[in-house]
Amino acid sequence: MTRALLIGLAVVTTAIFVVVPLVYIFVQALGAGWSAYAANIMHPLTLHAIWMTTLVAVIVVPVTVAFGIGAAWLLSKFQFRGRGLLITLIELPFSISPIIAGICYLLLYGRQGWLGGFLARHDLDVLFALPGIVMVTMFVTTPFVVREVLPLMQAQGSDQEQAAVTLGASGWQLFRRVTLPNIRWALLYGAVLATARAVGEYGGVAIVSGSIRGKTNTLPLHVELLFNDLNAAGAFAAATVLTMIALVVLVAKTVLEHRR
Amino acid sequence: MSLASAPPVRARAVLPGFRLTFGTTLLYLTVIVLIPIIALVIEGAGIGPARLWDIVSAPRTRAALRITITAAAVATVINAVYGLLMAWVLVRYRFPGRGLLDALMDIPFALPTAVAGLSLTALYSANGWFGAVLAPMGIQVVYTLGGIILAMSFTSIPFVVRAVQPVLEKLDPALEEAASSLGASGWTTFRRVIFPAIMPAWLGGVTTSFARSLGEFGAVVFIAGNLPFKTEIASLLAYIRLEEYDYEGAAAVALVLMVLALVLLFLSNLVQIRAARYGAVTA
Repeated sequence: MTRALLIGLAVVTTAIFVVVPLVYIFVQALGAGWSAYAANIMHPLTLHAIWMTTLVAVIVVPVTVAFGIGAAWLLSKFQFRGRGLLITLIELPFSISPIIAGICYLLLYGRQGWLGGFLARHDLDVLFALPGIVMVTMFVTTPFVVREVLPLMQAQGSDQEQAAVTLGASGWQLFRRVTLPNIRWALLYGAVLATARAVGEYGGVAIVSGSIRGKTNTLPLHVELLFNDLNAAGAFAAATVLTMIALVVLVAKTVLEHRR
Repeated sequence: MSLASAPPVRARAVLPGFRLTFGTTLLYLTVIVLIPIIALVIEGAGIGPARLWDIVSAPRTRAALRITITAAAVATVINAVYGLLMAWVLVRYRFPGRGLLDALMDIPFALPTAVAGLSLTALYSANGWFGAVLAPMGIQVVYTLGGIILAMSFTSIPFVVRAVQPVLEKLDPALEEAASSLGASGWTTFRRVIFPAIMPAWLGGVTTSFARSLGEFGAVVFIAGNLPFKTEIASLLAYIRLEEYDYEGAAAVALVLMVLALVLLFLSNLVQIRAARYGAVTA
């Protein structure tokens, strides 16, 4: 009795709370038919926003992965002073709202900022350009790979690596032949989560990108611009692209959870 | 869960890569995380305590903070109950569609917040599916505090569920059997035996959920309508100050939000350390 009641309650609330908002995106986007939908997706500014978001993810995710592997190696294989501080710094971006991160970057790289004068003299664009968007996104994705890989590397210990070193393996061989096969699923899992986060980042990017149409506008920012233009169909069409990425991420995550 | 919990392996002498990984990790963290945060702190220090207090205690800032904290608190209460229900149902019962229901809990993390905000706004506006039902009853969600609460609770759904689930899974069934063999009813067993064991994890989830709601931006700006003194949240006020080139104003609000987030992080860690020390009874 209780069982049926609780399951029923869980299903109904989740349907209202989560499923309907998800379905509604596609209902709204396809409301005017497929050809209108296709036209909205193929609009040059929407295509450019898709390109920008792809570009940011393609730059940020490999860096996050490389950083994550390095940091996890450092924190699991070596004992040193300041280790706790490094862990705190890695976890910090989880607690700090991306909008605050954006403000930090603006204060640092903006015209009035510390580095603003230097950048202006050398004609370097960080804010309202790709580097700013990429760095703020990196800030946000910092903990994603470390968090998945570090616990695994700690649990597995260093015995296998030490054996390999004794047998004369070089550092690179050691990593590629011994460590990587052990952590590959956790690594992929972290990379998938980081991709979702990088693609969807909004608040921080909204501040540093300036949302210049056809230039620095990423897809989530483009959704907002179209919405403010009262172009709901266009906004929902752009949103379906992000939603489909989210669904692919979810499937990949579920598959990887069983592999880990 | 904190990364600091497990001790490192002592192998300094044998394994290579200390300098390389130390150098790259430090470089990344300094450039991407540390220097930008220091820039905010120094900007805040440069404002001076008197001026900082003026900005924070100005009516519009106070209103924004009050709205943000109120909405985040209500959203967190909703998720505390909903998350507990979902964790319980997903761990304790086997039924068709359970796997799907479990996967759905991650939607709010996978879905960009702007997309969530867009969809919720359309859904609850007067001509949306839910808005059309609620409007005749005199309930307005979009452009009200209710909308802010809705957006905040949607984006932080996974925190409580995912915090409670693993602890509930590991709970020793012998405890419950003992309780019921001593004559405790199902509700008494839950209240006196199960809930105390999962409470630290639940509180941890509740704290992170609250922290996330305080800083949520993307989903809220769509649905809030963003009227000063009515539906303007703190992070949006900071954003507006930047657009007005009022960097001091923006930095002051951002600092308040950052300090709040750090206090919550500290509290959440404290709860987990206590939980680890006085340990939940698990199998």
